[in-house]
Amino acid sequence: MKRSLRPLAATAVIFVIAYALSVLQFPNMLSTRVLGNFLTDNAFLGITAVGMTFVIISGGIDLSVGAVIGFTGVLIAVLVSWLGFHPLVAFVIALGVAGLFGAAMGFTIHYLQVPPFIVTLAGMFLARGGASIITQDSVPIRHEFYDTLGDLMIRLPEGGRLSFIGLLMIAVFLGGALLAHRTKFGSYVYALGGNPVSASLMGVPVAQTTVQIYMLSSMLAALAGIVFSLYTSAGYPLAAVGVELDAISAVVIGGTLLTGGYGFVLGTFVGVMLLGLVQTYIIFDGTLSSWWTKIVIGVLLFLFIVLQRIIFAASTPGEKSPEKA
Amino acid sequence: MKRLRLERLANPQLIALVSVLLLNWLLFPNFFNVTWQDGRFFGSFIDVLNRGAPVAILAVGMTGVIATKGVDLSVGAIMAVCGAVAATMVVSGYPAPLAVAAALSVGLACGLWNGFLVAILDIQPIVATLVLMVAGRGIAQLITEGSIVTFNDPTLIFIGTGSFLGFPMAAVIAVVLMVLVTLLVRRTAIGLFVQAIGVNRAAASLAGIRSRMLLMLVYALSGFCAAIAGVVVAADIRGADANNSGLWLELDAILAVVIGGTSLLGGKFSIPMAVVGALIIQAMNTGILVSGFPPEFNLVVKAGMIILILLIQSPYAALPFQRRSALSSKAVSK
Repeated sequence: MKRSLRPLAATAVIFVIAYALSVLQFPNMLSTRVLGNFLTDNAFLGITAVGMTFVIISGGIDLSVGAVIGFTGVLIAVLVSWLGFHPLVAFVIALGVAGLFGAAMGFTIHYLQVPPFIVTLAGMFLARGGASIITQDSVPIRHEFYDTLGDLMIRLPEGGRLSFIGLLMIAVFLGGALLAHRTKFGSYVYALGGNPVSASLMGVPVAQTTVQIYMLSSMLAALAGIVFSLYTSAGYPLAAVGVELDAISAVVIGGTLLTGGYGFVLGTFVGVMLLGLVQTYIIFDGTLSSWWTKIVIGVLLFLFIVLQRIIFAASTPGEKSPEKA
Repeated sequence: MKRLRLERLANPQLIALVSVLLLNWLLFPNFFNVTWQDGRFFGSFIDVLNRGAPVAILAVGMTGVIATKGVDLSVGAIMAVCGAVAATMVVSGYPAPLAVAAALSVGLACGLWNGFLVAILDIQPIVATLVLMVAGRGIAQLITEGSIVTFNDPTLIFIGTGSFLGFPMAAVIAVVLMVLVTLLVRRTAIGLFVQAIGVNRAAASLAGIRSRMLLMLVYALSGFCAAIAGVVVAADIRGADANNSGLWLELDAILAVVIGGTSLLGGKFSIPMAVVGALIIQAMNTGILVSGFPPEFNLVVKAGMIILILLIQSPYAALPFQRRSALSSKAVSK
């Protein structure tokens, strides 16, 4: 097996083992109902994590995604419930606003040469603050279009259901994988994360690619916000607080290297599923409290970081400097 | 000498702090009114010192980390863990000094763990500290068993709400810590070594600086400072709240350090200015509150402030000036 595929394989093997152990203990966890809920409950996280994967492969980070989800939810709720827009129109507006927002962040990162960490931190404050200024309350969304989308699902045997948002997440993952591994943009992203100086010398349009990466991340976060508003039928300015951390965790557990230049979109899918599995297991167990989720995710993160460290220290000595910001 | 003094006074951070304070005074004429009651000062300005103290304490430790080109995302979670340790120990009957000592040791251990990941395993700081940021709050909840542990121990409460020479204890702790750490880095070669690691760790190691040990030291210091802040916050509210103690304070601390003129690209730092940065943030928060704006404006104002700093620090803004900062010349050559 190729050495570079090992982190992905490790994640997949750990997921399968963890799932098998859970099923041994709780046979019901294998039901289509649980599997369907898995996809539905983690849809917004998964969609966000696809954008985060691109950002991290390019050597950056996006702390603003959780706030963009919250802002999008509030924006859609206000447009639909207060101003009477059709949800589809509201979706288009939200995606457009997020696109501009991401482009502005990418522009700042490239042209002002500021670390992505601090730019997206400002973006996070701006989006979260903006959402809170529009409204501080949860705004319910009632529209027949929302009911239609909510009823849209594929029924599986044994009472399981593949919801529209679960399927949407799978579609985003497939699209993301194609974009990363089969397009010119994808190879630019990898080149940028590998070494920005060589990338620009080899003719990668660095400025354009950076702007596009952050646009993609923000627009996927907005899509996640749409999914979140479908999931909860409301817009709330404090929705999805801390999702950026879950998304980064999923990306790292999925085998993407945080120094950039290496990673898999489909690995992130396994990462998201592994986080979901931890959550579901804790719900099934009933005696474990929710804080164990955080501790287990922390331990998983640590294991994968060390695993990557060992693999990459062995394969490419000295190539990745730890100082890279 | 005189020239030097003038230059010190023309420090942008101090100018910013004074302008924010004056703005507060314009919006709220009683801002500087300080009353003496029960052996201590009261007033909006004293409140700024008191409320700004936790972030200032965090900023002292964070400055060292950022000076080595790192970042410590775990300080908020460490605050929650240490507050939980102190509170649960006091509640189960241990004397307060022992509880505080235990909390500080736990913070130190957390910092050493981060330092181990960064210095020995060579993991990127943002990733290394992410582990504890995610897991730490869970650990804190494990310690408090998910509830808010409240206590009545007078010694512990004194740390949060007591006063020394009339000044709030939290602010006094912050100032003492700032002075001690500043002396440590400026009167010994440690500050220089830390800066050297921030500029180029490989070169610093080749020049004979024990970069691993120094990195362990800065992360340990950051964890220790976070522990102090955690104890102060827990003592202030007389309880340990694992969910909310120190939530997002890591971002405020990073912001305070950046406002203080420390470059996120490493190599240039000032601990007193980071503390001034924390005061600027708090003065603006208080200003927004006393002027009657809804507190939601806080985040937007903070974002605006970051954008302003970015513009000022960017290489393009620095070009017209003779004296370029280390950051801008580095960014241009990048």
